[in-house]
Amino acid sequence: MNGTVKPMTTLAEVCAEADALRLSSGNALGDAIVSDIYANAEEIARKVVAHKPQDKSAWDAKLDDILTSRLLGYPIMLALLGMVFWITIEGANVPSGMLADAFFAFQDRLTEWFQAAGAPAWLHGVLVLGLYRGLAWVVSVMLPPMAIFFPLFTLLEDLGYLPRVAFNMDSLFKKCKACGKQALTMCMGFGCNAAGIVSCRIIDSPRERLIAILTNNFVPCNGRFPTLIAIATIFVGGVFAPEYGTAVAAMVLTGLVLLGIAATFSVSWLLSHTILKGEPSSLVLELPPYRPPQVGAIIYRSLIDRTLFVLKRAVIMAAPAGAITWILANTYIGDMSIIGHLAGWLQPFGYAIGIDGFILLAFILGLPANEIVVPILIMSYLATGQMMEFDSLEELRQILLSHGWTWLTAVCTMLFCLLHWPCTTTLLTAYKESGSVKWTFLSFLIPTLIAFAVCFAVAQTARGLGLA
Amino acid sequence: MKWYQDTPCRETHGRVLREHFGVAAEAGQYIIALAGNPNVGKSTVFNALTGLRQHTGNWPGKTVDNAQGAFTYRKKPFLLVDLPGTYSLLAHTVEEEIARDFICFGEPDATVVVLDATCLERNLNLALQVMEITPNVVVCVNLMDEANKKKIAIDFPALEKELGVPVVAAAARKGEGLDALRETLYQVSTGARQSNPRRLTYSAAVEEAVQKLLPNVQRLVDHKLNPRWVALRLLDGDKAFLESISRYLDLQLNWEAPQEVAAL
Repeated sequence: MNGTVKPMTTLAEVCAEADALRLSSGNALGDAIVSDIYANAEEIARKVVAHKPQDKSAWDAKLDDILTSRLLGYPIMLALLGMVFWITIEGANVPSGMLADAFFAFQDRLTEWFQAAGAPAWLHGVLVLGLYRGLAWVVSVMLPPMAIFFPLFTLLEDLGYLPRVAFNMDSLFKKCKACGKQALTMCMGFGCNAAGIVSCRIIDSPRERLIAILTNNFVPCNGRFPTLIAIATIFVGGVFAPEYGTAVAAMVLTGLVLLGIAATFSVSWLLSHTILKGEPSSLVLELPPYRPPQVGAIIYRSLIDRTLFVLKRAVIMAAPAGAITWILANTYIGDMSIIGHLAGWLQPFGYAIGIDGFILLAFILGLPANEIVVPILIMSYLATGQMMEFDSLEELRQILLSHGWTWLTAVCTMLFCLLHWPCTTTLLTAYKESGSVKWTFLSFLIPTLIAFAVCFAVAQTARGLGLA
Repeated sequence: MKWYQDTPCRETHGRVLREHFGVAAEAGQYIIALAGNPNVGKSTVFNALTGLRQHTGNWPGKTVDNAQGAFTYRKKPFLLVDLPGTYSLLAHTVEEEIARDFICFGEPDATVVVLDATCLERNLNLALQVMEITPNVVVCVNLMDEANKKKIAIDFPALEKELGVPVVAAAARKGEGLDALRETLYQVSTGARQSNPRRLTYSAAVEEAVQKLLPNVQRLVDHKLNPRWVALRLLDGDKAFLESISRYLDLQLNWEAPQEVAAL
């Protein structure tokens, strides 16, 4: 102290005084202040705003009544979801085939060039049969569904439907003591779980944000959709008359999404009753007016921001993974390739959960990006050790059947794909957003345990009942 | 009663902006904060004013997006800082905390509050709360095109009189009202236009508590902040606000201090 004593008032003293005042009035001042501000706003609005008699704009209130009604809210949501899937599957077939043709035609040219240049066989193998084919697969399988799914989804977003989804699901999330906005982060997760986890920022409470981050993976992302679509189309859709194949596959996909949502709710509930205990925070959910969609903005946002972003990431991951898989499948130890040894070692675990060693290995090798799981699987199934070029899904079906696939394998593969661990990008994003190794590890562990448990239960039950 | 300083110390101000808010203003640039509820076309206003001269990032230490953009009007440089869209400034969320702290401690030369003309009443809450912190407010009533469609009429002279700050009507998507907004911002930032914001009326219990607390708060904040507003926040029992206030004003949040004084 330098001696100049001024009549000082510290923050602590003022706080103590304020606390005393606040408590003496029963801690109700905060609420009083809020309602007083509202009263001021109301008074001003009454003086300056005049609503002229109107007959229009009632239609959006009516639409809201329907879209968010207790009876119709969920069925409409499901129908829209199913429709989006149907359009995606139906619309993606043709461009997918065209892209594949173009890519593989170019591959033949590449092969010619390599031969003309006198490149060694292994270099051609790694670069063309591994790296290039991996890339071609990912682009031709992923790009068309994304280019259809994302604009459709952005259209729903732009029309103002997504906030209604959040509104519908809010009560369910409340019951799980989580935040209703989690529904919106799940919607983002359909595109990409990493993007979904970033979007968890819209949830204010750190506890609820963690729950949303940990469960986002149960929404199948765009990298997993092609796998789900392919298997659903050939194994479930194929059973029915082909003209209904797409519709059935769309229904199976919808069912899988529902299962993922059920897993989200169960895990959210479990978390908020164990390690993330707490009450749900209240949520002001605004139902924005329906606005005419801005076509330019939709195309820009869905194609540039989302499609190209996801694709770029997939390409970066798929190229080295394709090369590595080729090396693993073409390097022999004894009379079996490395991939064969690994798959053999994983076989008992795979069998126990209804799949096989190769599938499990493909999921493990697919950790960098889920979209390369099927290409890796096909590559390792085939003795040639290269990713196959499919002219049709029928060919894929034959390959799978010849490697002992049954309906149970298909179901368990889809379940495992839906529920298993997140890809590395998602894990990295979870780490960035949560800032903690512990939570990141949990975001890996929870889905992994659930995937194994569910697939194990399904496989053992089916076998026990003699169904497979 | 005039509690605010006309000219904040530019050097300290620049440092606070840089270090606490990640806002790097050039010398002589007027800082404009842009506040508003979500879904009121705040981004449209932001883009319309700044064009492509913007850059985005995060608020320091927060996972909340931050966008800043520059524009020039009447040869004066302006820096527009887009605050997170919030319904209030009572700091129940990180976004509200950021918006409140910037308006309060970032000392922008003017704060634009964008309101949705189709639900003015709910939107006014935010405007009133901003006006409690700073008198340099410009209210921009946006989405006038939608309000017209819905046959909602707003008496602008009356609104301006009620609020005591400049009010601009706009339909930013169609580019309407933006010139008026620029001109008003220019006048408010340069001090050519002085406002006399409405003082909110509180119920008797709140008013009484404020009056009791006011003398000490006045001494504490020493013309740096609106003492009435600080008193209200303290009565609110907002602990996060205490941290903010001590952080930005270098006031010591030191609970031992009274004992030390007593010991001396």
